Amino acid sequence: MDFNDTKEEAAFRAEAVAWLKANVPSADELADLNLMQQAKFWQKKKADAGWACLRWPKEYGGRDASAIEQVIWNQEESKIEVPATGVFSIGQGMAAPTMMTWATEDQKLRYLPKLANGEEIWCQLFSEPAGGSDLAALRTKAEKDGDDWIVNGQKIWTSGAQYSDYGILVLRTDPNLPKHQGLSYFFLDMKSPGIEIKPIKQMSGASGFNEVYFTDVRVSDAQRLGEVGQGWQVALTTLMNERASIGGGSSNAGFKTAMELAKQVNIDDKPAIEDKNVRAKLANWFVQEAGLKYTGYRSLTALSKGEIPGPENSIGKLVGAPKSQDLASFAIDLKEQAGIIWEPGEDEMDSLFQDTYMSIPGLRIAGGTDEIMANIIAERVLGLPQEPRMDKGIPFSEVPTSSKS
Amino acid sequence: MNFEFSEEQNLLREQARGFLQDNCTMKVVRAALEDGETFNADLWKQVAEMGWTSAVIPEEYDGLGLGYLELSVIAEELGRTLAPLPFSSSVYLATEAILAYGSPAQKEEWLPKLASGEAIGTFALSEKQGQTTPSNLNTTGGDSLSGVKVPVPDGDIANFCIVVAKSQSGDGASLYIVDLDQAGVQKEKVNTLDPSRSHAKLTFNSASASLLGTEGEGWAGTQNVFNRAAVLFAWEQTGGSDAALEMAKEYALGRFAFGRSIASYQAIKHKLANMYVKNTLARSNCYYGAWALSTNAPELPLAAATARVAGIQAYYFASKENIQTHGGMGFTWEFDCQFHYRRSKLLSVNIGSEAQWQDKLISAVEAA
Repeated sequence: MDFNDTKEEAAFRAEAVAWLKANVPSADELADLNLMQQAKFWQKKKADAGWACLRWPKEYGGRDASAIEQVIWNQEESKIEVPATGVFSIGQGMAAPTMMTWATEDQKLRYLPKLANGEEIWCQLFSEPAGGSDLAALRTKAEKDGDDWIVNGQKIWTSGAQYSDYGILVLRTDPNLPKHQGLSYFFLDMKSPGIEIKPIKQMSGASGFNEVYFTDVRVSDAQRLGEVGQGWQVALTTLMNERASIGGGSSNAGFKTAMELAKQVNIDDKPAIEDKNVRAKLANWFVQEAGLKYTGYRSLTALSKGEIPGPENSIGKLVGAPKSQDLASFAIDLKEQAGIIWEPGEDEMDSLFQDTYMSIPGLRIAGGTDEIMANIIAERVLGLPQEPRMDKGIPFSEVPTSSKS
Repeated sequence: MNFEFSEEQNLLREQARGFLQDNCTMKVVRAALEDGETFNADLWKQVAEMGWTSAVIPEEYDGLGLGYLELSVIAEELGRTLAPLPFSSSVYLATEAILAYGSPAQKEEWLPKLASGEAIGTFALSEKQGQTTPSNLNTTGGDSLSGVKVPVPDGDIANFCIVVAKSQSGDGASLYIVDLDQAGVQKEKVNTLDPSRSHAKLTFNSASASLLGTEGEGWAGTQNVFNRAAVLFAWEQTGGSDAALEMAKEYALGRFAFGRSIASYQAIKHKLANMYVKNTLARSNCYYGAWALSTNAPELPLAAATARVAGIQAYYFASKENIQTHGGMGFTWEFDCQFHYRRSKLLSVNIGSEAQWQDKLISAVEAA
């Protein structure tokens, strides 16, 4: 065992580092740009030099690189100060793989290069008020009208809808078929008439998501991906790509910050870090963070060998999110009565734990709730059977719902 | 990045697993409980013949000179099958102590016999309930050693023992090698939660002893030996945790209630998923521990404590929830769930409890 690159990996890393060093945007270059413009500037610069969406084929704006090369690039890019490009992640990480599998060649050549270079931003419109964990229960409908479909209904939890150029979405094209069979998959122009976008204010005060309303929105049948009724299968392609990137960092409160706090505050007139109970709790969080880190290393090893990583990475969100929540809660307790104060100060730790405390409930739900993640491990990793379903084999229109149970 | 066992090491794993599945069945484990056969001499001989006891002993002392990654692989499989063998006492503790602190003469005397399995060694620290520290040690050492050690793992079958005794100098403790086949040593078997691993009370009455390492450096030596052993015990815990999960899964799939397999209920699925999560954290931390052990990395104390805490938590959880998954039959004498429950508790206190290792973990972070 070792943590070293292979010869090829080392050469690739050197090439990546050299390019990054030579091309890191200067303060002058970014001075007059807002955050979105900075993101687009950096993405374009990378794409022009062949450093965007490394895994993609070259003709679609990528580099034909291997999975481990993509990871090496991510590692090196994260070490330097560059504009954040998270606005592209849904388009590049979820929409693009779906387009690559299901779109026509002309569509791929039209849309993928602009996804790669950041010229166009995409969002994903899957969840609905009545379709969260049970995603296939979605009801936003599309009715055929000549060569178009007319879309009516509502999507929710759509990140970035307000600045997106295009969106991928799953729609109910036949309510008289059983749940999964009546769905079809489309992409559409987010500036289409009839689309209304409303931000959702979260309990943390931030607004990272939107509600998107569709009123008689026209979508061309040419923008359907897969056959009519095949929408669930196409959606699975998207969902398979909706997983946390390997070895990704987190800006939430973690072991290091909690340990630091425990040195600063007192219990019984001594630093809290000397308290055995505090030490035991900190140790448990260290064990979880280290366990995830080394699980990531095991997956990287598989990638490095050109193999597909095992299922062990599926534990990441299920461990990480509750851990951050408990840790933030405990850190606030360590501050005693002053822990209730939530004001950003000069020290990051003035508000870090309160920020995390208020935002982390969302992470335990987004992208698969803790409960759904546990189901996924139970079913896909351990091979346990699904729960029997009340909606199997009956027309969707007859399935009991919250309003007609 | 090469954070994985090699092909040869995986081959060794397959061989070890195959051998233990055939020769260390639940029947063998149960015999330890029901017939008092706490030591299966035949199995010990076979294990020694395959080179497991000599894996990390250098070739000059008749060992195989393999590494700690190989020993990790063996440890996981021994844990998986609950092997009723003095392997950990003799290999992770006694052999390690002599490798680290033995004089050339002591190495010459014991290592070849440890390698061949002819001699079984063990390690004696505990004297009474509660945490043992240099200040509460009552055993006194020197050319002759006196005191009471209880419980000593495999103390009734071991040929010699590394004894931690009080010292007036240095860190307050010294290590001694004591031959257990002598008049000054009285062995008394003690009943424990896990009879598949034998334990004894050893009474030393001016027993002849030989100092191991330096006088007054025995506490640091003990910590060092325990750090190394912690990684290997954590692998046993990981193997045991996986076996308990497998047992729970098989039972849940086959057991029907309210007209369907209980494995289809989320209450059971989430329980097993949580076992998988804890087992995966333990396994990945064990990987790092194995790396640190095999390379003598300065990170070993932190890596060992991390693996140890993860191993304790995973095995306790898997062994108790395995019983729960089995329902009423789970807590019967007839069913095998009890063996993991017993073993998980033994492995959670044998070289210091979870709280001690949580404390050591944070100390290691502070020292880094």
